Amino acid sequence: MLKIKNLYASVDGQEILKGINLEIKPGEVHAIMGPNGSGKSTLANVLAGKQEYEVTAGEVTFLGENLLDKAPETRAKDGLFLSFQYPVEIPGVPMANFIKTAVNEHRVHRGEKELTAGQFLKLMREKMELVEMKTKLTNRSVNEGFSGGEKKKNEIFQMAMLEPKLAILDETDSGLDIDALRTVANGVNALKSPETSSIVITHYQRLLDYIVPDFVHILYHGKIVKTAGKELALELEEKGYDWIKSEKGN
Amino acid sequence: MSVLVEKADLSLKYIAHYNKVKELLVKGSPDILNAQRKKAFQDFVMQGIPTNKNEKYKYTNLHPYFLPDFSFIHQREAQKTDPNAIFHCDVPQLDSYVKTTTNGWFNESKTEGDLPEGVILESLEKMMKEQPGLVEKYYAKIAKSNTDAMVALNTAFAKDGYFLYVPKNVVCEQPIQLINFLEAPENSFVTQRNLVILEQGADVKLILCDHTLNLNRYLCNSVTEIFVGENANLDYYTLQNQHNRTTNINSVFVQQERDSVVTSHTSSFHGGLIRNNMEFVLNGENAEANVFGMAFLDKKQHVDNFTQIIHKKPNGQSNQVYKNVLDDEATGAFSGLIHVVRDAQNTNAFQQNNNLLLSDTATMQTKPQLIIDADDVKCSHGATVGQIDEEALFYLRARGINEDKARLMMMNAFMHEVVRKISVEALRDRIDELVERRLNGEVAKCHECAYQCEV
Ligand SMILES: Nc1ncnc2c1ncn2[C@@H]1O[C@H](COP(=O)(O)OP(=O)(O)O)[C@@H](O)[C@H]1O
Ligand SMILES: [Mg+2]
Repeated sequence: MLKIKNLYASVDGQEILKGINLEIKPGEVHAIMGPNGSGKSTLANVLAGKQEYEVTAGEVTFLGENLLDKAPETRAKDGLFLSFQYPVEIPGVPMANFIKTAVNEHRVHRGEKELTAGQFLKLMREKMELVEMKTKLTNRSVNEGFSGGEKKKNEIFQMAMLEPKLAILDETDSGLDIDALRTVANGVNALKSPETSSIVITHYQRLLDYIVPDFVHILYHGKIVKTAGKELALELEEKGYDWIKSEKGN
Repeated sequence: MSVLVEKADLSLKYIAHYNKVKELLVKGSPDILNAQRKKAFQDFVMQGIPTNKNEKYKYTNLHPYFLPDFSFIHQREAQKTDPNAIFHCDVPQLDSYVKTTTNGWFNESKTEGDLPEGVILESLEKMMKEQPGLVEKYYAKIAKSNTDAMVALNTAFAKDGYFLYVPKNVVCEQPIQLINFLEAPENSFVTQRNLVILEQGADVKLILCDHTLNLNRYLCNSVTEIFVGENANLDYYTLQNQHNRTTNINSVFVQQERDSVVTSHTSSFHGGLIRNNMEFVLNGENAEANVFGMAFLDKKQHVDNFTQIIHKKPNGQSNQVYKNVLDDEATGAFSGLIHVVRDAQNTNAFQQNNNLLLSDTATMQTKPQLIIDADDVKCSHGATVGQIDEEALFYLRARGINEDKARLMMMNAFMHEVVRKISVEALRDRIDELVERRLNGEVAKCHECAYQCEV
């Protein structure tokens, strides 16, 4: 599904990703963990196509095609979804209008007809239920005045609406209480299939209790320094990152 | 020195023209108009055509716009715009009562529907002759020639315009729409003088649409005086949709008595140079003025919104929201004065001006000015000039929305705050659509309008 080979990226001339290698197959869940500032969000943003990050070396293929040449909207429509660590507020853009446009752009891209107003409302209601999102939120502007938790739920709601092939969840768990965490995780799991994959970026084991990873990677100073099974997350939970830091030399 | 001579020459050209046609101006005109002409002309001679040396015209030098040789239209001409084929300003389901003017002159026309009893929508010239008593005490009372050269010039040349009168406690449910056409065989200088009177408790919604019907160059200098009686309510919408060879100097003076509410909403879609002078005097207690505007500028357009809100009595409230989207080499200006006099305790005055620049070559000047002489006052103002939020743009694109569409959504979002202030639903929907089309790069025209917006 996704192949990252020797990926280097920098922002403002500062190198942040320093040779990432990662392969994700259909149906797999990969967790990426690592201390703050190690480049997790940078990796997510590079994959989603944020322009300020410059890829200086390496390549990425998504579903067999070169990902890095494509515009962010094309990547999204091809099936790549990023749940943002910090979703932006966009005053004046109504949620419903936004999500309807996004869904229809996806459908047109797949050669399907746009949804009628009725079909759209039905779909929206169904997915809102899935993440227990309140109606009052879809009547507002995108993320405007949403609490931290509501913003994260909104990301998963959008993911449910767009049904991506690869979801990258960037600290979707941070700022969520345990109930919200469970709801979000259930939402993610409900969308899981043998054809879809996810990258779960998190600091905490607790999300991985619900979304069980096949692999856990530790990203440190722009490199994946360790890869193992789900037990690595537990180990990190116990020992923190200090041992990595001392092992790799800070 | 040569610049000085040139400037003097330019005003002299208009002075000479006045002297040449003054008999023609007086002839057939009502006494009320003629009584003000001479004094107004002298006021113009004193002031001349404003340049940006004039503090009020700091961001708009009118000189270049007065340079072309214009024809003047000092006599009523045979009506060319077919009065029966009433131009519907492409505002569906608006169901308004429609009248038109051509080159500043009010068109006599049959209109479907009726105005409520006692409401007059007529030619100013005609009403000044037929009911001088009704008009005299209002004409040239708040539009002052001695402090405003464009008012002086308008008053010197004034022949006609529209007159709207709404009697005491009469509520006009149906909006009144007035469509102003410019349509002359050659480049023309147009003068239009309007008068609006709302008696105590009157209630009316007035929609003004400015259009050009051919590609000639126009300079339109219009002055409107609006008197709003106690507890009266006026919604005053202006849609400016003229081609880019048009200079539109639009001066509106509003005087509000106690408990009155006026909402003014100006949408500047097209026009070469647009200068809106909006002066509101809150002359009675507990009056409320809502003054909104939005402008869409590209190419070499210039729009200057100049507002003055004068709080004279206690417990007044004013809200100003002006927003501009500027592209290409367009230039824009907003100057907003709030003056709270000593008596006007417990005033609430709010002003906001936000601007979105789409190109590196567009520029915007914004200047708030507060003069507060009362001590119990809540006053705030804020101005921003910025670009499209790249983070938000990326968020939309990351959801599969293509860049152009995402930009359009962002621009619409930016203007939405102003659009939603329109209380006539059909008009709001229509303007929403015009905004979308304008932002989309299409010409936001009402059908049948001739545009030459490439110039
Ligand atoms: N837009 C940016 N501009 C400048 N520096 C950035 C930007 N984004 C990330 N960085 C820097 O890159 C490094 C990695 O950040 P980030 O990818 O957000 O880490 P993580 O998500 O692992 O906490 C940090 O040092 C951060 O300051
Ligand atoms: Mg991060």
